[in-house]
Amino acid sequence: MKVVLINYGMGNLGSVARALEECGATVEIAENPTSLVGAERIVLPGVGAFPDAMARLEAARWPGELSEALSNPEVRLLGICLGMQLLADKGHEVAETAGLGLIPGEVVRLVAGQGERVPHVGWNEVRHRQASSPLLAGIGDGTDFYFVHSYQFRASLASDILAATPYCGEFASVVGSGNVFGTQFHPEKSSRPGMQLLKNFLARPGC
Amino acid sequence: MLKVRVIPTLLWKDFGLVKGVGFDSWRRVGTILPAIKVYNTRDVDELILVEITATSEEREPDYESVADLSAECFVPLTIGGGIRTVEHITRLLHAGADKVSINTAAYEKPSLVTEAANRFGAQCIVASIDVRRSPDGRYECYGRSGTTATGREPTEWARELEDRGAGEILLTSVDRDGTMSGYDLDLIKRVSESVRMPVIASGGAGEYQHMLSAVAHGGASAVAAASIFHFTPKTPLEAKRFLAKNGVAVRTEKNTNRSVITES
Repeated sequence: MKVVLINYGMGNLGSVARALEECGATVEIAENPTSLVGAERIVLPGVGAFPDAMARLEAARWPGELSEALSNPEVRLLGICLGMQLLADKGHEVAETAGLGLIPGEVVRLVAGQGERVPHVGWNEVRHRQASSPLLAGIGDGTDFYFVHSYQFRASLASDILAATPYCGEFASVVGSGNVFGTQFHPEKSSRPGMQLLKNFLARPGC
Repeated sequence: MLKVRVIPTLLWKDFGLVKGVGFDSWRRVGTILPAIKVYNTRDVDELILVEITATSEEREPDYESVADLSAECFVPLTIGGGIRTVEHITRLLHAGADKVSINTAAYEKPSLVTEAANRFGAQCIVASIDVRRSPDGRYECYGRSGTTATGREPTEWARELEDRGAGEILLTSVDRDGTMSGYDLDLIKRVSESVRMPVIASGGAGEYQHMLSAVAHGGASAVAAASIFHFTPKTPLEAKRFLAKNGVAVRTEKNTNRSVITES
């Protein structure tokens, strides 16, 4: 299976590529959207700040081409960390910036509660919010995944929140709408449960 | 609940895994790749890998070695040693690092921390602070592997690094390093109370109780350790069991979901 890993100059690409390969994928690290031809899975990694990331994606003309590719329901996209946040309509990091608009919502800063620190760094629980999401198949409710972020995706539709994590109140840790998914945590760095999630993402329905 | 992390620190030079005392008297303790494989198999929370001679030899990070090492690591990997520019960080992230640790360069060019955080996000930038305590009890930050006094006071420096966009502090007591006599709790407490970002306690762990104290009394979000894992039979897993027994939230076997994973 061909997996396109979007390189917009700011992801922890090496880690993500390596984990996908470990799950059996053939990874093509792509700097421009011509690579989307024939891709069944697309991964938008993310380490960085929202406005810079959008500017880089737009400069390489990714947004329009991604929408086009995703009009095929068999193609799936996974946004990781910042990559998940970029799926939103807009972000509020540094300056208000339009996102990819693939899942309705906004990205806002985490507000630390009593005894909490921001950035939210470390392993925390991922609690299922929708019964039987294929992306979370075989992953127990409340399994720990690795997070490192200061902003959260506030989804407009509760039905798009596949899982949530109790920190700074509670935030959406997995979102999904149709063939577009996002994880606020880093599956590529979440050891065995992370690998299971990536395998679920790569799996063809019905297999 | 956010879990307290137990992080093995691996120091290396010339492809050998080393450990010293007080940032000196380096002993060779093995080769680095097998160590990473073991920690990966044992499902540790995170790893910190520092090339200790890169800065003193005025070298860039060794990207090829980092790529080889990170290929065996499916938990978060922080890379330190020799990082002086945004370009160095870009190349390390491509090589498989998830976070980078900046120490000496932050004193020499503080704007690097700001630039790096704006470009890669705060979560990617670990500011490493090495501290010595003078006989009169005063704390001072040291650069260049603990050899060069900077005139900086740790709590003020930590706050400045936070303002500049660092996401975590790796706080090491040079005096306690390698002694296994316990973390400098006073130092950890002062720094963790002065910033909102997570503080990783480092330098001095010799007993699981030391780790508990760093969290319970020092307010650390994570504990890093090297000697205790190199030179004693103690392990990160047992450390977490001890912490859990004493009421600290850690990532345990129960919530690592091991049983339901099928091998591909």
